[in-house]
Amino acid sequence: MKLIRILVLVLCSFHLFAQEDLMKELQKSEKPETDYATSTFKGTRLVNGQTVETKGKGALEFIFAHRFGAINTGIYNFYGLDNAHVRIGLEYGVTDRLGVSIGRSSEDKTIDGFLRYKILRQSTGVENIPVTITAYGNAACKTSPAKADATYPITLTDRMAYTGQLLIARKFSSQFSMQLMPTVVHKNTVDKSIEKNDQVLLGLGTRTRVTRSMSLTAEYYYRFDVMNTNPYYNAAGLGMEFETGGHVFQLVLSNTQGINERALLTEATGNIGKGAIHLGFNVTRTFQLKKQVK
Amino acid sequence: MKQLLVVLLVGMGVVTYGQKYASEKSLVSFYSHATIEDIAAKTTKASSIFNVATGEIVFSIPIKDFDFAKSLMKEHFNEKYMNSEKIPKSTFQGKIAGFQVDATGAQQAKATGKLTIHGITKDIDVPGTVEFANGTVIVKSAFIVKLEDYEIMRPQLLWKNIAEQVEVKIEFTYKPI
Repeated sequence: MKLIRILVLVLCSFHLFAQEDLMKELQKSEKPETDYATSTFKGTRLVNGQTVETKGKGALEFIFAHRFGAINTGIYNFYGLDNAHVRIGLEYGVTDRLGVSIGRSSEDKTIDGFLRYKILRQSTGVENIPVTITAYGNAACKTSPAKADATYPITLTDRMAYTGQLLIARKFSSQFSMQLMPTVVHKNTVDKSIEKNDQVLLGLGTRTRVTRSMSLTAEYYYRFDVMNTNPYYNAAGLGMEFETGGHVFQLVLSNTQGINERALLTEATGNIGKGAIHLGFNVTRTFQLKKQVK
Repeated sequence: MKQLLVVLLVGMGVVTYGQKYASEKSLVSFYSHATIEDIAAKTTKASSIFNVATGEIVFSIPIKDFDFAKSLMKEHFNEKYMNSEKIPKSTFQGKIAGFQVDATGAQQAKATGKLTIHGITKDIDVPGTVEFANGTVIVKSAFIVKLEDYEIMRPQLLWKNIAEQVEVKIEFTYKPI
Protein backbone atom coordinates (compact mmCIF):
# COMPACT_ATOMS: atom_id res chain seq x y z
CA MET A 1 0.00 0.00 0.00
CA LYS A 2 2.84 2.31 0.82
CA LEU A 3 4.25 1.64 -2.61
CA ILE A 4 1.03 2.75 -4.25
CA ARG A 5 0.98 5.95 -2.24
CA ILE A 6 4.52 6.70 -3.36
CA LEU A 7 3.58 5.93 -6.93
CA VAL A 8 0.57 8.22 -6.76
CA LEU A 9 2.79 10.95 -5.41
CA VAL A 10 5.32 10.40 -8.14
CA LEU A 11 2.56 10.47 -10.71
CA CYS A 12 1.21 13.73 -9.31
CA SER A 13 4.59 15.41 -9.35
CA PHE A 14 5.08 14.14 -12.86
CA HIS A 15 1.93 15.97 -13.81
CA LEU A 16 3.23 19.18 -12.37
CA PHE A 17 6.35 18.97 -14.47
CA ALA A 18 4.62 17.72 -17.56
CA GLN A 19 3.63 21.19 -18.73
CA GLU A 20 7.12 22.49 -18.45
CA ASP A 21 8.24 19.48 -20.44
CA LEU A 22 5.62 20.13 -23.07
CA MET A 23 7.03 23.64 -23.57
CA LYS A 24 10.54 22.22 -23.85
CA GLU A 25 9.28 19.66 -26.31
CA LEU A 26 7.68 22.42 -28.35
CA GLN A 27 10.88 24.42 -28.40
CA LYS A 28 12.80 21.38 -29.51
CA SER A 29 10.35 20.64 -32.31
CA GLU A 30 10.59 24.16 -33.73
CA LYS A 31 12.64 24.34 -36.84
CA PRO A 32 15.62 26.68 -36.71
CA GLU A 33 14.87 29.84 -38.63
CA THR A 34 16.69 32.73 -40.21
CA ASP A 35 16.26 35.95 -38.31
CA TYR A 36 16.75 39.04 -40.45
CA ALA A 37 17.92 42.33 -38.99
CA THR A 38 15.26 44.97 -39.50
CA SER A 39 15.39 48.76 -39.19
CA THR A 40 19.15 49.04 -39.37
CA PHE A 41 18.38 52.69 -39.98
CA LYS A 42 15.18 54.57 -39.43
CA GLY A 43 14.95 56.10 -42.85
CA THR A 44 16.43 56.05 -46.31
CA ARG A 45 18.77 58.97 -45.43
CA LEU A 46 21.51 58.83 -42.85
CA VAL A 47 22.22 62.57 -42.74
CA ASN A 48 22.62 63.76 -46.31
CA GLY A 49 23.57 60.45 -47.85
CA GLN A 50 21.74 57.20 -48.37
CA THR A 51 21.24 54.19 -46.12
CA VAL A 52 20.82 50.51 -46.93
CA GLU A 53 17.11 50.76 -46.18
CA THR A 54 14.61 50.19 -48.94
CA LYS A 55 10.95 51.00 -48.75
CA GLY A 56 8.70 47.99 -48.36
CA LYS A 57 6.87 46.72 -51.41
CA GLY A 58 4.12 49.09 -52.43
CA ALA A 59 5.24 51.89 -50.12
CA LEU A 60 5.69 55.41 -51.50
CA GLU A 61 7.87 57.82 -49.62
CA PHE A 62 7.59 61.53 -50.11
CA ILE A 63 10.73 63.32 -49.02
CA PHE A 64 11.10 67.02 -48.54
CA ALA A 65 14.63 68.12 -47.74
CA HIS A 66 15.82 71.58 -46.93
CA ARG A 67 19.35 72.95 -46.44
CA PHE A 68 19.77 76.49 -45.31
CA GLY A 69 22.78 78.66 -46.03
CA ALA A 70 25.88 78.62 -43.84
CA ILE A 71 25.36 79.74 -40.27
CA ASN A 72 28.51 81.89 -40.39
CA THR A 73 27.07 84.16 -43.09
CA GLY A 74 25.79 86.28 -40.24
CA ILE A 75 22.73 88.25 -39.35
CA TYR A 76 22.55 89.83 -42.84
CA ASN A 77 21.57 86.40 -44.20
CA PHE A 78 19.74 85.59 -40.98
CA TYR A 79 22.41 82.98 -40.22
CA GLY A 80 21.77 81.16 -43.46
CA LEU A 81 18.02 80.99 -43.37
CA ASP A 82 17.75 83.35 -46.33
CA ASN A 83 19.42 80.94 -48.74
CA ALA A 84 17.71 77.60 -48.69
CA HIS A 85 18.16 74.71 -51.06
CA VAL A 86 15.32 72.27 -51.43
CA ARG A 87 14.91 68.79 -52.78
CA ILE A 88 11.51 67.27 -53.30
CA GLY A 89 11.51 63.58 -54.10
CA LEU A 90 9.46 60.44 -54.31
CA GLU A 91 10.70 56.90 -53.73
CA TYR A 92 8.65 53.81 -54.43
CA GLY A 93 9.21 50.26 -53.26
CA VAL A 94 8.81 48.11 -56.37
CA THR A 95 9.65 45.06 -54.27
CA ASP A 96 10.85 44.74 -50.70
CA ARG A 97 14.39 44.99 -52.07
CA LEU A 98 14.13 47.34 -55.05
CA GLY A 99 13.43 51.04 -54.77
CA VAL A 100 13.11 53.65 -57.50
CA SER A 101 13.11 57.39 -57.02
CA ILE A 102 12.88 60.73 -58.79
CA GLY A 103 13.57 64.12 -57.33
CA ARG A 104 14.45 67.67 -58.02
CA SER A 105 16.87 69.87 -56.15
CA SER A 106 16.95 73.63 -56.40
CA GLU A 107 20.76 73.70 -56.39
CA ASP A 108 21.79 73.92 -60.06
CA LYS A 109 18.13 73.07 -60.82
CA THR A 110 19.04 69.40 -60.72
CA ILE A 111 16.72 66.59 -61.63
CA ASP A 112 17.85 63.22 -60.34
CA GLY A 113 16.70 59.64 -60.46
CA PHE A 114 18.03 56.62 -58.65
CA LEU A 115 17.65 52.93 -58.08
CA ARG A 116 18.61 51.03 -54.99
CA TYR A 117 18.67 47.30 -54.56
CA LYS A 118 19.21 45.33 -51.40
CA ILE A 119 21.65 42.59 -52.37
CA LEU A 120 22.21 40.99 -48.96
CA ARG A 121 20.29 41.07 -45.74
CA GLN A 122 21.99 40.78 -42.36
CA SER A 123 20.71 37.68 -40.61
CA THR A 124 21.37 35.14 -37.92
CA GLY A 125 20.14 31.59 -37.51
CA VAL A 126 20.14 29.16 -40.40
CA GLU A 127 21.63 31.79 -42.68
CA ASN A 128 24.33 33.79 -41.00
CA ILE A 129 25.13 37.00 -42.84
CA PRO A 130 27.00 39.73 -40.95
CA VAL A 131 25.96 42.75 -43.04
CA THR A 132 23.24 44.22 -45.18
CA ILE A 133 24.44 45.40 -48.59
CA THR A 134 22.52 47.72 -50.85
CA ALA A 135 23.68 48.89 -54.28
CA TYR A 136 22.79 52.44 -55.14
CA GLY A 137 22.96 54.16 -58.52
CA ASN A 138 22.02 57.74 -59.19
CA ALA A 139 21.92 59.87 -62.36
CA ALA A 140 21.58 63.62 -62.00
CA CYS A 141 21.05 66.31 -64.61
CA LYS A 142 21.90 69.95 -63.94
CA THR A 143 19.39 71.96 -65.90
CA SER A 144 21.10 75.20 -64.89
CA PRO A 145 22.52 77.23 -66.54
CA ALA A 146 19.94 77.55 -69.30
CA LYS A 147 21.37 77.03 -72.78
CA ALA A 148 21.15 80.74 -73.61
CA ASP A 149 23.03 81.72 -70.43
CA ALA A 150 25.83 79.19 -70.71
CA THR A 151 29.35 80.44 -71.29
CA TYR A 152 30.03 77.54 -73.70
CA PRO A 153 27.75 75.49 -75.96
CA ILE A 154 26.43 73.21 -73.21
CA THR A 155 24.89 69.85 -74.14
CA LEU A 156 22.81 67.36 -72.19
CA THR A 157 25.91 65.21 -71.82
CA ASP A 158 27.73 68.06 -70.08
CA ARG A 159 24.94 68.34 -67.57
CA MET A 160 24.97 64.74 -66.41
CA ALA A 161 26.64 63.26 -63.33
CA TYR A 162 26.43 59.73 -61.96
CA THR A 163 26.95 58.20 -58.54
CA GLY A 164 27.46 54.55 -57.69
CA GLN A 165 27.58 53.33 -54.11
CA LEU A 166 27.82 50.12 -52.22
CA LEU A 167 26.17 50.63 -48.87
CA ILE A 168 27.40 48.09 -46.35
CA ALA A 169 25.72 48.22 -42.97
CA ARG A 170 25.62 46.24 -39.79
CA LYS A 171 23.10 46.56 -37.01
CA PHE A 172 25.13 45.77 -33.92
CA SER A 173 22.17 46.12 -31.59
CA SER A 174 18.84 47.86 -31.61
CA GLN A 175 20.77 50.84 -30.23
CA PHE A 176 23.64 51.03 -32.68
CA SER A 177 24.17 50.60 -36.42
CA MET A 178 27.12 51.42 -38.63
CA GLN A 179 27.53 51.81 -42.37
CA LEU A 180 30.43 51.93 -44.83
CA MET A 181 29.90 53.61 -48.18
CA PRO A 182 32.47 53.03 -50.93
CA THR A 183 31.43 55.54 -53.59
CA VAL A 184 32.30 56.62 -57.11
CA VAL A 185 31.04 59.89 -58.54
CA HIS A 186 31.43 60.52 -62.26
CA LYS A 187 30.80 63.97 -63.68
CA ASN A 188 30.78 64.21 -67.44
CA THR A 189 32.14 67.71 -67.58
CA VAL A 190 34.36 69.22 -64.93
CA ASP A 191 36.77 72.08 -64.46
CA LYS A 192 39.91 70.02 -65.02
CA SER A 193 42.05 72.47 -63.08
CA ILE A 194 40.34 71.55 -59.81
CA GLU A 195 38.84 68.07 -60.15
CA LYS A 196 38.76 64.87 -62.13
CA ASN A 197 35.79 63.33 -63.87
CA ASP A 198 35.88 60.28 -61.63
CA GLN A 199 36.13 60.72 -57.91
CA VAL A 200 36.41 57.95 -55.38
CA LEU A 201 35.14 58.32 -51.82
CA LEU A 202 34.70 56.20 -48.74
CA GLY A 203 31.96 57.13 -46.34
CA LEU A 204 31.38 56.07 -42.77
CA GLY A 205 28.13 56.56 -40.91
CA THR A 206 26.48 55.61 -37.63
CA ARG A 207 23.11 55.66 -36.00
CA THR A 208 22.65 55.62 -32.23
CA ARG A 209 19.20 55.18 -30.83
CA VAL A 210 18.68 57.42 -27.82
CA THR A 211 15.02 56.88 -27.02
CA ARG A 212 12.27 54.76 -28.54
CA SER A 213 11.55 57.42 -31.18
CA MET A 214 14.74 59.48 -31.34
CA SER A 215 18.15 58.68 -32.79
CA LEU A 216 21.38 60.50 -33.54
CA THR A 217 23.14 59.94 -36.84
CA ALA A 218 26.51 60.94 -38.19
CA GLU A 219 28.32 60.56 -41.50
CA TYR A 220 31.63 61.47 -43.08
CA TYR A 221 32.85 61.02 -46.62
CA TYR A 222 36.58 60.90 -47.29
CA ARG A 223 37.59 61.80 -50.84
CA PHE A 224 40.65 60.02 -52.23
CA ASP A 225 43.24 61.60 -54.48
CA VAL A 226 41.96 65.17 -54.32
CA MET A 227 43.85 67.78 -56.37
CA ASN A 228 45.66 70.50 -54.40
CA THR A 229 43.67 73.14 -56.21
CA ASN A 230 40.34 71.63 -55.20
CA PRO A 231 38.38 74.17 -53.14
CA TYR A 232 35.89 71.71 -51.64
CA TYR A 233 35.81 69.88 -48.32
CA ASN A 234 35.05 66.34 -47.30
CA ALA A 235 31.35 66.11 -46.52
CA ALA A 236 30.43 65.63 -42.88
CA GLY A 237 27.14 65.81 -41.09
CA LEU A 238 25.24 65.16 -37.90
CA GLY A 239 21.56 64.36 -37.70
CA MET A 240 18.90 63.99 -35.08
CA GLU A 241 15.88 62.00 -36.16
CA PHE A 242 12.41 61.74 -34.71
CA GLU A 243 9.65 59.44 -35.72
CA THR A 244 5.92 59.76 -35.31
CA GLY A 245 3.54 57.48 -37.15
CA GLY A 246 4.30 57.55 -40.87
CA HIS A 247 6.66 60.52 -40.55
CA VAL A 248 10.37 60.68 -40.03
CA PHE A 249 11.76 64.08 -39.23
CA GLN A 250 15.53 64.60 -39.39
CA LEU A 251 17.27 67.72 -38.21
CA VAL A 252 20.63 68.04 -39.94
CA LEU A 253 23.86 69.96 -39.42
CA SER A 254 26.45 69.62 -42.18
CA ASN A 255 29.09 71.40 -44.20
CA THR A 256 27.38 70.70 -47.48
CA GLN A 257 24.33 72.40 -48.86
CA GLY A 258 23.76 70.15 -51.85
CA ILE A 259 21.16 67.45 -51.48
CA ASN A 260 21.83 65.17 -54.41
CA GLU A 261 24.99 63.08 -54.40
CA ARG A 262 27.04 64.97 -56.94
CA ALA A 263 26.77 68.20 -55.01
CA LEU A 264 26.75 66.88 -51.48
CA LEU A 265 29.65 64.47 -51.84
CA THR A 266 32.05 66.30 -54.13
CA GLU A 267 31.09 69.95 -53.75
CA ALA A 268 30.86 70.51 -50.01
CA THR A 269 31.77 74.16 -49.55
CA GLY A 270 31.75 74.45 -45.80
CA ASN A 271 34.88 74.82 -43.73
CA ILE A 272 33.66 73.45 -40.43
CA GLY A 273 36.49 75.12 -38.55
CA LYS A 274 35.19 78.50 -39.68
CA GLY A 275 31.63 77.66 -38.75
CA ALA A 276 30.40 77.15 -42.30
CA ILE A 277 27.72 74.77 -41.19
CA HIS A 278 24.33 74.39 -42.78
CA LEU A 279 21.22 73.71 -40.82
CA GLY A 280 18.68 71.56 -42.62
CA PHE A 281 15.97 69.01 -42.32
CA ASN A 282 14.54 65.99 -44.08
CA VAL A 283 10.88 65.25 -43.66
CA THR A 284 9.47 62.05 -45.02
CA ARG A 285 5.96 60.70 -45.17
CA THR A 286 5.29 57.14 -46.20
CA PHE A 287 2.10 56.08 -47.92
CA GLN A 288 1.25 52.45 -48.48
CA LEU A 289 -0.12 52.27 -52.01
CA LYS A 290 -0.38 48.51 -52.23
CA LYS A 291 -1.35 46.42 -49.26
CA GLN A 292 1.09 43.68 -48.37
CA VAL A 293 -1.47 41.29 -46.91
CA LYS A 294 -5.12 41.05 -47.80
CA MET B 1 -0.79 -5.58 -5.70
CA LYS B 2 1.39 -6.31 -8.69
CA GLN B 3 -1.56 -5.91 -11.02
CA LEU B 4 -2.36 -2.51 -9.56
CA LEU B 5 1.21 -1.47 -10.06
CA VAL B 6 1.11 -2.52 -13.69
CA VAL B 7 -2.15 -0.64 -14.22
CA LEU B 8 -0.69 2.47 -12.66
CA LEU B 9 2.45 2.28 -14.74
CA VAL B 10 0.52 1.73 -17.94
CA GLY B 11 -1.79 4.55 -16.99
CA MET B 12 1.15 6.82 -16.48
CA GLY B 13 2.56 5.83 -19.83
CA VAL B 14 -0.69 6.66 -21.56
CA VAL B 15 -1.02 9.99 -19.84
CA THR B 16 2.43 11.17 -20.63
CA TYR B 17 3.10 9.70 -24.04
CA GLY B 18 -0.05 8.35 -25.58
CA GLN B 19 -2.12 11.35 -26.47
CA LYS B 20 0.13 14.12 -27.63
CA TYR B 21 -0.71 16.11 -30.70
CA ALA B 22 1.49 18.60 -32.51
CA SER B 23 0.17 21.47 -34.58
CA GLU B 24 0.31 20.96 -38.29
CA LYS B 25 -1.38 24.19 -39.31
CA SER B 26 -1.87 27.38 -37.40
CA LEU B 27 -3.36 30.80 -37.82
CA VAL B 28 -2.91 33.50 -35.22
CA SER B 29 -4.31 36.94 -35.91
CA PHE B 30 -5.08 40.10 -34.05
CA TYR B 31 -7.20 43.08 -34.76
CA SER B 32 -7.43 46.45 -33.15
CA HIS B 33 -9.96 49.07 -33.96
CA ALA B 34 -8.88 52.66 -33.46
CA THR B 35 -10.11 56.06 -34.51
CA ILE B 36 -7.55 56.72 -37.20
CA GLU B 37 -6.61 53.32 -38.46
CA ASP B 38 -7.58 49.70 -37.87
CA ILE B 39 -4.62 47.46 -37.38
CA ALA B 40 -4.69 43.78 -38.29
CA ALA B 41 -1.96 41.20 -38.58
CA LYS B 42 -1.65 37.47 -38.92
CA THR B 43 0.87 34.68 -38.94
CA THR B 44 0.87 31.02 -39.80
CA LYS B 45 4.18 30.38 -38.06
CA ALA B 46 2.92 29.62 -34.56
CA SER B 47 3.40 26.12 -33.20
CA SER B 48 1.73 24.13 -30.45
CA ILE B 49 1.58 20.83 -28.63
CA PHE B 50 -1.68 19.60 -27.14
CA ASN B 51 -2.02 16.60 -24.85
CA VAL B 52 -5.63 15.53 -25.26
CA ALA B 53 -5.51 13.11 -22.33
CA THR B 54 -4.54 15.73 -19.78
CA GLY B 55 -5.79 18.80 -21.62
CA GLU B 56 -2.38 20.36 -21.36
CA ILE B 57 -1.55 22.77 -24.14
CA VAL B 58 1.41 24.97 -24.98
CA PHE B 59 1.90 27.28 -27.92
CA SER B 60 4.54 29.69 -29.12
CA ILE B 61 4.15 32.59 -31.56
CA PRO B 62 7.14 34.20 -33.27
CA ILE B 63 6.42 37.95 -33.12
CA LYS B 64 8.55 38.94 -36.10
CA ASP B 65 6.46 36.74 -38.38
CA PHE B 66 3.28 38.76 -38.05
CA ASP B 67 2.36 40.22 -41.42
CA PHE B 68 0.63 43.57 -41.71
CA ALA B 69 -0.98 45.51 -44.52
CA LYS B 70 1.71 48.18 -44.24
CA SER B 71 5.43 47.52 -43.96
CA LEU B 72 5.74 50.50 -41.63
CA MET B 73 3.19 48.98 -39.24
CA LYS B 74 5.25 45.83 -39.04
CA GLU B 75 8.37 47.84 -38.34
CA HIS B 76 6.73 49.85 -35.59
CA PHE B 77 5.09 46.79 -34.10
CA ASN B 78 8.42 45.02 -33.77
CA GLU B 79 10.67 47.97 -32.95
CA LYS B 80 8.58 50.26 -30.82
CA TYR B 81 5.90 48.15 -29.22
CA MET B 82 6.92 44.51 -28.92
CA ASN B 83 10.71 44.83 -28.74
CA SER B 84 10.80 41.58 -30.69
CA GLU B 85 14.54 41.59 -31.08
CA LYS B 86 14.88 40.95 -27.35
CA ILE B 87 11.56 39.19 -26.83
CA PRO B 88 11.04 37.17 -29.97
CA LYS B 89 8.13 35.01 -28.84
CA SER B 90 4.80 35.05 -27.11
CA THR B 91 3.80 31.82 -25.40
CA PHE B 92 0.94 30.14 -23.63
CA GLN B 93 1.18 27.30 -21.15
CA GLY B 94 -2.01 25.90 -19.73
CA LYS B 95 -4.82 23.45 -19.76
CA ILE B 96 -8.04 23.02 -21.69
CA ALA B 97 -10.99 21.62 -19.80
CA GLY B 98 -14.54 20.69 -20.70
CA PHE B 99 -14.15 18.50 -23.78
CA GLN B 100 -14.59 14.80 -24.46
CA VAL B 101 -12.10 12.87 -26.57
CA ASP B 102 -14.82 10.72 -28.07
CA ALA B 103 -17.36 13.44 -28.86
CA THR B 104 -17.89 14.77 -32.37
CA GLY B 105 -18.37 18.33 -33.55
CA ALA B 106 -16.97 21.49 -32.05
CA GLN B 107 -17.17 21.37 -28.27
CA GLN B 108 -17.17 24.44 -26.11
CA ALA B 109 -14.20 24.35 -23.77
CA LYS B 110 -12.23 26.59 -21.51
CA ALA B 111 -8.51 27.20 -21.34
CA THR B 112 -6.71 28.43 -18.27
CA GLY B 113 -3.04 29.11 -17.97
CA LYS B 114 -0.22 31.55 -18.36
CA LEU B 115 -0.03 33.84 -21.36
CA THR B 116 3.30 35.55 -21.90
CA ILE B 117 3.41 38.56 -24.21
CA HIS B 118 6.19 41.14 -24.36
CA GLY B 119 7.94 39.24 -21.58
CA ILE B 120 5.03 39.71 -19.17
CA THR B 121 3.17 36.65 -17.90
CA LYS B 122 -0.48 36.80 -16.89
CA ASP B 123 -2.96 34.16 -15.82
CA ILE B 124 -5.77 34.00 -18.30
CA ASP B 125 -9.02 32.15 -18.57
CA VAL B 126 -10.50 32.10 -22.07
CA PRO B 127 -13.27 30.25 -23.94
CA GLY B 128 -12.71 28.26 -27.09
CA THR B 129 -13.67 25.15 -29.00
CA VAL B 130 -12.09 21.73 -29.40
CA GLU B 131 -13.07 19.52 -32.29
CA PHE B 132 -11.99 15.97 -33.08
CA ALA B 133 -12.29 15.08 -36.75
CA ASN B 134 -10.60 12.39 -38.86
CA GLY B 135 -7.67 11.84 -36.55
CA THR B 136 -6.99 15.55 -36.24
CA VAL B 137 -7.86 17.99 -33.49
CA ILE B 138 -8.84 21.58 -34.12
CA VAL B 139 -8.57 24.10 -31.30
CA LYS B 140 -9.90 27.62 -31.71
CA SER B 141 -10.12 30.56 -29.39
CA ALA B 142 -10.73 34.28 -29.50
CA PHE B 143 -9.99 36.60 -26.63
CA ILE B 144 -9.16 40.17 -25.76
CA VAL B 145 -5.68 41.27 -24.77
CA LYS B 146 -5.30 44.57 -22.96
CA LEU B 147 -2.05 46.21 -23.95
CA GLU B 148 -1.62 47.72 -20.51
CA ASP B 149 -1.59 44.28 -18.87
CA TYR B 150 1.47 43.34 -20.86
CA GLU B 151 3.20 46.71 -20.53
CA ILE B 152 2.94 47.47 -24.21
CA MET B 153 3.27 51.21 -24.61
CA ARG B 154 1.04 53.28 -26.79
CA PRO B 155 1.93 56.57 -28.40
CA GLN B 156 0.62 59.24 -26.08
CA LEU B 157 0.51 62.15 -28.44
CA LEU B 158 -0.26 62.75 -32.06
CA TRP B 159 -1.17 59.48 -33.65
CA LYS B 160 -3.65 57.43 -31.75
CA ASN B 161 -3.38 54.55 -34.15
CA ILE B 162 -3.43 51.88 -31.53
CA ALA B 163 -6.42 50.83 -29.50
CA GLU B 164 -6.12 49.99 -25.83
CA GLN B 165 -7.01 46.41 -26.45
CA VAL B 166 -6.70 43.99 -29.32
CA GLU B 167 -8.77 41.00 -30.27
CA VAL B 168 -6.63 37.90 -30.68
CA LYS B 169 -7.74 34.82 -32.57
CA ILE B 170 -5.91 31.55 -32.56
CA GLU B 171 -6.55 28.39 -34.51
CA PHE B 172 -4.47 25.22 -34.45
CA THR B 173 -4.98 21.99 -36.36
CA TYR B 174 -3.18 19.08 -34.71
CA LYS B 175 -2.05 15.63 -35.72
CA PRO B 176 -0.85 12.92 -33.35
CA ILE B 177 2.90 12.96 -32.72
